[in-house]
Amino acid sequence: MSILINNDTKLVVQGMTGRDGGFHTEKMKAYGTKIVAGVSPGKEGTNVNGIPVFNTVANAVKATGANTSVLFVPAAFAADAIAEASEAGIKLVIAITEGIPTIDVIRVTPILEKNGTKMIGPNCPGLISPGQSLVGILPVSIFSEGNVGLISRSGTLTYEMVNQLTTNGIGQSTCIGIGGDPVIGLHYIELLTMFEADKDTHAIVLCGEIGGDAEEQAAAFIKEHVTKPVVAFIAGQSAPPGKRMGHAGALITSGAGTAEEKIKAFEAAGVKVAKEPIEIPKFIKEALGK
Amino acid sequence: MKIHEYQAKEIFAKYKIPVQQQVICHTVEQVATAYETINAPVVVKAQVLVGGRGKAGGIKFCTTKDKALEAANKILGMDIKGLTVEKVLVAKAVDIADEFYVGLINDRNTKSVLLMVSAEGGVEIEEVAKTNPEKIIKMAIDPLVGLQPYQARNVFFQVMKNGNHVRQAADILVKLYKLYMETDASLAEINPLVIDNKDKVIALDAKMNFDDNALFRHPEYAAMADYTDDEKLEVDATEKGLSYIRLDGNIGCMVNGAGLAMATMDMIKLYGGDPANFLDIGGSSNPQKVVHAMEFLLHDKKVEAVLINIFGGITRCDDVARGLLDAFKIMTVNIPIVIRLSGTNAKEGRELLKNNNELITAETMGEAARKVIEATKKA
Repeated sequence: MSILINNDTKLVVQGMTGRDGGFHTEKMKAYGTKIVAGVSPGKEGTNVNGIPVFNTVANAVKATGANTSVLFVPAAFAADAIAEASEAGIKLVIAITEGIPTIDVIRVTPILEKNGTKMIGPNCPGLISPGQSLVGILPVSIFSEGNVGLISRSGTLTYEMVNQLTTNGIGQSTCIGIGGDPVIGLHYIELLTMFEADKDTHAIVLCGEIGGDAEEQAAAFIKEHVTKPVVAFIAGQSAPPGKRMGHAGALITSGAGTAEEKIKAFEAAGVKVAKEPIEIPKFIKEALGK
Repeated sequence: MKIHEYQAKEIFAKYKIPVQQQVICHTVEQVATAYETINAPVVVKAQVLVGGRGKAGGIKFCTTKDKALEAANKILGMDIKGLTVEKVLVAKAVDIADEFYVGLINDRNTKSVLLMVSAEGGVEIEEVAKTNPEKIIKMAIDPLVGLQPYQARNVFFQVMKNGNHVRQAADILVKLYKLYMETDASLAEINPLVIDNKDKVIALDAKMNFDDNALFRHPEYAAMADYTDDEKLEVDATEKGLSYIRLDGNIGCMVNGAGLAMATMDMIKLYGGDPANFLDIGGSSNPQKVVHAMEFLLHDKKVEAVLINIFGGITRCDDVARGLLDAFKIMTVNIPIVIRLSGTNAKEGRELLKNNNELITAETMGEAARKVIEATKKA
């Protein structure tokens, strides 16, 4: 199977009539994702390539039974759109939008918690369960069906990893880009828990980067609660402290959040850490005894 | 984005947080006038955007005008961690009875604004966090309810004995939280918050960072930016849709995506090279961005070779190739360029570049890193 998204995912696209929203809606639809609605205030009653457009997420949910939402809304309005989806009963929101003010994300977090809505992102490429469903902007050609779950804070680095896996004959159950911002929705621990419970995921790739201590927390969690093999990669070993490396969250502050500490934490938890992406398939094969 | 202490205190004053009388000075003459205006012992403080000003000798307590002038002479033009002091803050000196640390920060773990208070004021909080973490009181603030006055009092009663002091400190904290939320800060610190010998609670220092993502809502704070030359380059890059950070090495990098950009730099280091920069051209397919990126790379005279690493997703490799050809038309490139194209339209991209003998191509990241390092050794 997979985690979070599958053949039962019914997707509503918030911001479908925008340039990026329109482009990626087509891509997702072509992959086989069930896109049931788009939301664009003031355009209810129209449709885009056969997908009905609604004024509000609530209307879209009522009419179509949408259970998942993907956001292509500009940064200034994105938090509002997240809250709207959550209040309308959407259980999983994928926020692709880059550049949302952190305070805005902090403000909507209690709303998500109140409604039991899970969020992926913001500032993420989305996720894919190969062969079943794509929600986001991932380039589908590199993915293949299989039993390795992948969690990553990055976009293109994820593609690099997945490409290594696929070209080495290792398929994936679900691949998730959790986003490069400091405050995000689902993080390693929640996703590791889901992969541990998913019978079709046999091993997990975790692709982290500098900044914060989420990797250290994940390492501690893996040691206690994850029985499946986990292999990791950490980007930013050459990054200087105090500089924001593109991602708002990729920042070493006063010596904390360095790649060195994260690698040490993983190795102490029995997680093999690759020095370069090309080593990942080898580690996975070793772990799975192939 | 960081601002100076004097700017943060101006914002504090707007929110009625008590600060000392202060004058910002660019010259020794201005310090003389400032001393006369304040007409009492003063503190002369270097205004640079790094910590550790005191240790570097950038903060001096002066009881006379002559001493203030002497301090200003010394501090103006001084180098603190690579930054030249161009202005000093002259503030009325305070007799300190007790001092505390107060900070608000956007916290990843609690997904909230985190309040931190400590009786260990005036020292670097990171130090306290390492050596005595139990001495920092932490509280995650519910963004829907906000910081309530009783919560602020509860926190300060843990570090202060006198109810009058607690009331004043709590009042300051509630105002600081309001300011924090309204300005879209990512950090606000008062270190130290002091009680003076007349039982008044004052913000003796002020530090504020703003969330870059929210600056579009605050042009008045964005205008406060005081960038170094390197930061000006970074801002210029941001305006062109690039994310660029200059480093010290000799291998220029151009990559799509922040994570892959970091991994590419790591790979160069791993194989014994030294990256000259971090450069993420982002997720769009605009050839013009590649031209801009080449300009940034070649502008850095330390760069002896360039590594272009593209994994096409949204970014199409043929667009990158087109941008590169455009760049070759308008600028002279006389250093080796190693290029690795993979993913969306990689074949088309390679086809476009195949007649260009100047380019060195590579299949994988590792191969690209090895080849670019080799190229710098030949050069």
